[in-house]
Amino acid sequence: MLAWTIYISFFGALTLLLLPKGSTAVARILALLTATAGFEIALTAFLQHRTGELQTITRVPWIPSLGIEYHLAADGISLCLILLTGIIAITGILFSWNIVTRTKEFFSFYLLLIGSVYGVFLSYDLFLLFVFYEIVIIPKYFLIAIWGSTRREYGAMKLALYSFIGSAMVLIGVIAAYVEAGAKTMSVNDLAGFPFPLHFQMWAFPLVFVGFAILAGLWPFHTWAPTGHVAAPTAASMLLAGVVMKLGAYGCLRVAMTLFPLGLGPWGFHVLGLASWRDVFSLLAVIGIVYGAMVALVQKDFKFVIGYSSVSHMGFILLGLMTLNQIGISGAVIQMFSHGILAGLLFAIVGRMVYDRTHTRELTALGPMNLNKVIPFSAATFVLAGMASMGLPGFSGFVAELMILIGAWHAFPILAVCVGVGIVIGVVYIWRAMQKAFFAEPDDASTQSSLFPISFPERLGALILIGTSIAIGLYPQILLKVITPALNSPMFEGLRKGGW
Amino acid sequence: MISYSQLLQLVMPEVIIAITALIVLAADLLLLRNHPTRLRFSVAAGLASIGCTGAILRLLLSSEQTNVLDGMLLTNPIVHFVQVALLVFTIITLLLSVDSTFTEHIGEFVLLILLATTGMLFLVGSQNILIIFISLELLSLSLYILTAFDKRSPQSSEAALKYFLFGGMSTAFLLFGFSLLYGLSNSTNLSQIAATIHAPFLPPLLIIAIGTTIIGFGFKVSAFPFHFWAPDVYQSAPIPAVAFISSASKVASFFIFFQVMTVGMAGSEGSAAWRHFAGGWVSGLAVIAALSMLFGNLVAIVQSSMRRLLAYSAIAHAGYMLLAIVSHTQWSLAALLYYVVTYGLATLGTIAVVGVVEKQTDSDHLSCFEGLSRRAPTLSLCLFIFLLSLSGIPPLAGFFGKFFLFSSTLAATHESDGLLWLIVIAIATSAVSLYYYLQVLKRVYVANPPSEADDIRVPVLTQAVVVLLAGTVVLLGCAPHLLLQWILEAIHIAGL
Repeated sequence: MLAWTIYISFFGALTLLLLPKGSTAVARILALLTATAGFEIALTAFLQHRTGELQTITRVPWIPSLGIEYHLAADGISLCLILLTGIIAITGILFSWNIVTRTKEFFSFYLLLIGSVYGVFLSYDLFLLFVFYEIVIIPKYFLIAIWGSTRREYGAMKLALYSFIGSAMVLIGVIAAYVEAGAKTMSVNDLAGFPFPLHFQMWAFPLVFVGFAILAGLWPFHTWAPTGHVAAPTAASMLLAGVVMKLGAYGCLRVAMTLFPLGLGPWGFHVLGLASWRDVFSLLAVIGIVYGAMVALVQKDFKFVIGYSSVSHMGFILLGLMTLNQIGISGAVIQMFSHGILAGLLFAIVGRMVYDRTHTRELTALGPMNLNKVIPFSAATFVLAGMASMGLPGFSGFVAELMILIGAWHAFPILAVCVGVGIVIGVVYIWRAMQKAFFAEPDDASTQSSLFPISFPERLGALILIGTSIAIGLYPQILLKVITPALNSPMFEGLRKGGW
Repeated sequence: MISYSQLLQLVMPEVIIAITALIVLAADLLLLRNHPTRLRFSVAAGLASIGCTGAILRLLLSSEQTNVLDGMLLTNPIVHFVQVALLVFTIITLLLSVDSTFTEHIGEFVLLILLATTGMLFLVGSQNILIIFISLELLSLSLYILTAFDKRSPQSSEAALKYFLFGGMSTAFLLFGFSLLYGLSNSTNLSQIAATIHAPFLPPLLIIAIGTTIIGFGFKVSAFPFHFWAPDVYQSAPIPAVAFISSASKVASFFIFFQVMTVGMAGSEGSAAWRHFAGGWVSGLAVIAALSMLFGNLVAIVQSSMRRLLAYSAIAHAGYMLLAIVSHTQWSLAALLYYVVTYGLATLGTIAVVGVVEKQTDSDHLSCFEGLSRRAPTLSLCLFIFLLSLSGIPPLAGFFGKFFLFSSTLAATHESDGLLWLIVIAIATSAVSLYYYLQVLKRVYVANPPSEADDIRVPVLTQAVVVLLAGTVVLLGCAPHLLLQWILEAIHIAGL
């Protein structure tokens, strides 16, 4: 059943293309229906699937002569991310209700992107996973280049090239693993059980990990992220920060760490106090957390604040993965979900609720507009989303960050302290943005009363996202009960032996 | 002993094409001289396509494996496969040329295409350097004339002259190399040559023979630094000629290049593995491959003419395909054939689209493609598919070609990281290629059409062929085994 999330999205994308010219309203509704259908399927599967263990959906030979299969399956981790994709897909459409130029093309690319993202999360054949992973690049490029704003063509191209270089690194690693294992299978499960020699894993692991981590915004390969987010139209930023960056993090866990767990082990020598790839990447993750937060602190453009905060929060995910203990990795998966929801919401507020109405994103220009009074819904939502993003208890961000910090405390106590600094700065930049954009001294309120009010689709989208974050924050067991069994499955045995 | 009737049976496809060529010429000269160009082209292309289809049927129905006169004439499944591919490309070229208006000499034009095809059919069906040389010349001479066929355009003649001069020089190199091989081995048969020249170290004469042979073929496949003719020919030759040169002749040249190197020079490979570099043709080709990929892709970035962009990307693709010869295994031959066939399909489609746009706007400048998605949506979608396939984005045929090529290259050496350096260059330059292909697509989809531009009129036949090509590229990307299975089985049966 879950496989239909992919098919429905692709089918929707194709149908939209075939619509006659000018059918804007039909295109919107059709896109919303398609996304809703995908979400329904994802939700049903999530609710029915109580154990979180790996379940094959379909497995048929695809290119028999090379041992490549069309293998779709899902475990708890996939399920969480599928659910996230469903939620972001719906809300993204709600927040792009106002798109009037080339609407059907917009939603067609949008659904193509969503379908491929579902595909990545469901693929258990590396070749298939890679195919979906690469398809993502193309609609992403056009969504930004055609409907974007500030330096859109530059941002789109930068993003496309970074993604392509990342996936090229992954491709080298995947082909090498395939050949090394005897070129018989591409199944993640089989390859995870294959004993790749240590010297092979030592170079294959960093290659594949960095390849995926580029898309996850690992410092110093993150520079595409703020530029891309700022250039993208609202819905594309939501997808980009909400799900596309998660593809990178998911790939790090599912492919790099699962296939080459020995690559995480010690090298046998020290370079500047670093003794393994694990040390290197956790250090980069922490630098990303602190650096992202510090840069966000000094931004003048509202969207750049959120863009850099994304880099910072993605650092938590990578740090969580590198802790190699159950609580850290579970935290990382919850953070993937939580950041997807919250970054989506923040971008929606900045891009749709604020920018589309005021036509500026300069914090100093927004201040005098008295947005708190003119569009109070946006201010209220930003306060909630900001609190969630800071990691206040009761929201999903708190659970995720807490778990990652506990994990990090076991693995790297000193780094955990540095992360604390990042969290503090996080509070400051959200506070600063909130104050400057919404609660500054009003200049002349009368001129701004013409801003059109927050529409129903926007309210609905915001409520869905906030509601999800609170639900996870109050009862994280919703996700944990499927994540934990997944991490205990045989697929992650190599990782477990390696450390936790 | 073999009788003449048996021989005729064996070369039936070539005979069919040659006779068709004569029929086309006669029909055009005697019956259709005073009719409108479109009709004459339709009849000529129609007749020629029927001939090609007949030859294809003949090839598909015969399953014999023969080796006549020490490899002078070979028939086996893999040769048949390549010949079928060549004929299919010829048919597509002919169909695309129906709406052309660049010449009055239609019979001669189609005749030359068919003669070139005959040359290619002989070329791929032989393991004898004499036959190889003669058929290669038949092919090359036809291509030189095809390039110059637009008599109204001085650039066309200039490009042809350049092509001819460089071609003549490379032919001289090739002939020199072949004569040295013959002198060293006293045989014109590839496997016998290999058996004789096999030596623990390479004598100077053999090194020269290998070098000059590589130069000769390097020119045919437009690899760096023997690529000088390509940008000019691509830019100035008539569209059908460009289509033919970039698809069919590529398939034939690469296949025979592979055969000459792997069969004729077995034993003098050397090695291109990282830290195990050893003299031989493999190491030489590895360097040429790497330079072609780098040069072609980097220079393509700065092109403002679509045809020149395609020419430089062809140089880059030649580099990728050379990887298969460098790794010279059964698997890599299959990868090469899959790659060159799917590359041919995508390139043919792209050139057809360029032809349509050029006809309307009188230029192939990239700016002419601005807003094409709104002026000709179907055509643009097809161009989208072709260019993404060329840059290797799944699920299109080009991606699978690259994947297969790279994995066969990695599997070729015992140490899995032996040829990794070449793969790294290949993949890195693929990223570069995505950049310039996206630059074109950006103009097609993102930019707005010029305000005075009308919709683009696409001839029905061209549109049908382009859509068919795009469909095939998607199909072969989603279900690569349809073609791959055929190739692998053919290689297996032929015992290569």
